[in-house]
Amino acid sequence: MNSINGLPLAPFLVVAAGLFVIGLYGALARKNAIAVLMGVELMLNAVNLNLIAFWRYVAPNSSAGLAFAAFVFIVAAAEAAVGLALIISVYRNLRSVDPEKLDQMKM
Amino acid sequence: MTFFDPTKLNELLAVLPEIVLVIWALAILAFDLLSARGVSRRALGILTALGLMGALVACVPAALTAASYAATDPTKLVVLGGLVRFDLYAFAFRGIFIVGAALTALVSIDFRAARAGGEYYALLLLATVGMGLMAASNDLMLLYLATETASISLYLLAGFMRDTKLSAEAGIKYFVFGAVTSTIMLFGLSYVFGLSGATQYQVVADRLALSDSKLLLTFSLLLVAVGFLFKTSTVPFQWWAPDVYQGAPTPVAGFISTASKAAGFAIMLRFLPYVFSPVPSHYVEGSGVWIAMMVPLAILTMLVGNLMAINQSNVKRMLAYSSIAQAGYMLIGVAGFAASFGQNTAETTNALAAVIFYLITYTLTNIGAFAVTGIVAQRVGGDDFKDFAGLSRRSPYLALAMVAVMLSLLGAPPLVGFAGKFLLFRSALSVAAQFNNPVFIWLVVLAVAMVLVSVFYYLRVVLAMYTQRAANDAQPLKVSAPVAWAVGLCAFGVIATLLAIYPLWELARAAALSLML
Repeated sequence: MNSINGLPLAPFLVVAAGLFVIGLYGALARKNAIAVLMGVELMLNAVNLNLIAFWRYVAPNSSAGLAFAAFVFIVAAAEAAVGLALIISVYRNLRSVDPEKLDQMKM
Repeated sequence: MTFFDPTKLNELLAVLPEIVLVIWALAILAFDLLSARGVSRRALGILTALGLMGALVACVPAALTAASYAATDPTKLVVLGGLVRFDLYAFAFRGIFIVGAALTALVSIDFRAARAGGEYYALLLLATVGMGLMAASNDLMLLYLATETASISLYLLAGFMRDTKLSAEAGIKYFVFGAVTSTIMLFGLSYVFGLSGATQYQVVADRLALSDSKLLLTFSLLLVAVGFLFKTSTVPFQWWAPDVYQGAPTPVAGFISTASKAAGFAIMLRFLPYVFSPVPSHYVEGSGVWIAMMVPLAILTMLVGNLMAINQSNVKRMLAYSSIAQAGYMLIGVAGFAASFGQNTAETTNALAAVIFYLITYTLTNIGAFAVTGIVAQRVGGDDFKDFAGLSRRSPYLALAMVAVMLSLLGAPPLVGFAGKFLLFRSALSVAAQFNNPVFIWLVVLAVAMVLVSVFYYLRVVLAMYTQRAANDAQPLKVSAPVAWAVGLCAFGVIATLLAIYPLWELARAAALSLML
């Protein structure tokens, strides 16, 4: 169970964790709202890698892992659509997509 | 495995309110699209509120069935392939969401944002669907899906006034913080799935109890908790709230600050004890972490919310910090629930029931506060404290309603907010007595001190309305009928719920008990 075709589970998890951290860094540090969105997508891909790897190694007999991953795809698509719509609406108002320029509201 | 089993059709009762709401949302869209131009916004808003009332009525037979299942065979409560738990807990929260959404729909009629059309009301209904499923979800998959259904609708509603800079900014900020935190939660859920190989809470808990990888369990618990803390706007994930509430259309801000926060508590209070069970026979490594973190979270959230609220010049930002502070008070109840879970059912039930009761009263009150603020912003042209000047002369009833909700938020004795705080603090004190734990006494002392601090900022609104004069003092302020009805209902609820405290408290207790069957 711990190794399929000579390949253990751990490398998948390490890659997924790396992908997640890169995505999180991108989402928190980038100056462009579209890049932030790309960071979130990267994090969602890391989750899917996790889910599929866990499904194959831990629970290959139930379809739960596959279904979970499919739902994550759908949510990712919906989230990207809504995110881009909001970015366009911000761009029309402010002529910029830099999150740091979004400071109309002050204490 | 079959896809359709007629004998299980009655399980659909568990999601009957959601079925009604989805159909109604589609009907609203179709009605808006098909009727010749000029379908009045007022009609759409009232139709939405009627649909929500229909869903509330649908809750009654479903909740009664749930109660009868609970009395006969609690194992029958997990339905629809384990996705949903059919219990009173979920229905009590649905009541909060549906009433909140109905008031929001009525209040929205007068607002510029809602003039865009049926999609505004359809999104409001779909957000309510998502929240209802959040409260009922008994499965990691549905937990994430329902949370996103609610969140994505709310991102759009927050940014709904596309031509306004503030609203666009509120939408994108809510979206960015929401998307990042919900993905962090999802990453945690993927580890929970990996450690257990299952998604249904009960199965997950059984398998996690056998696992001994304490580090990974604690890590995944913390990741999942990020999502809960964001939804409930708990420190350290509260900083989005003031910006989003200030920029979002005011009725939407009222809805996010109440129903969405209640939904956050609903998923948190089901997921944590079910999956990371601290019960000795079923002990999951790492469950001590969530129990230990509730007390510091309550302290920090109360302090940040109350101290930041003092210095605001904008009423919506003040209400945002006040709603963070209110979450802090509720976390006292959550901490009491956590400390006693699995050891003393009476204490656990009381603490959880106090949180649910508090959420009911808080929802009524806060939506009223945002509604009055929205009317003032719409008619006077701003939502700073100075814009409330002379309101007592321009619209005495509106001013009176605002006084009622402010005093109730404060927790002044004759109003329902007092009952909520009293029950919360009482449950904390009895946990302190039962477990000989002085921490809870100090929590209550701090909370009372913070209530005294909150006198400053809540009464500032009242002072502005009654003692300051505006240039156009004599000019009456127009309020359209449905909005007046909604505000009136909130104010009436704040005062009259006192007469219904006993049945409401019994309902909250029954809901709390059903979670622990």
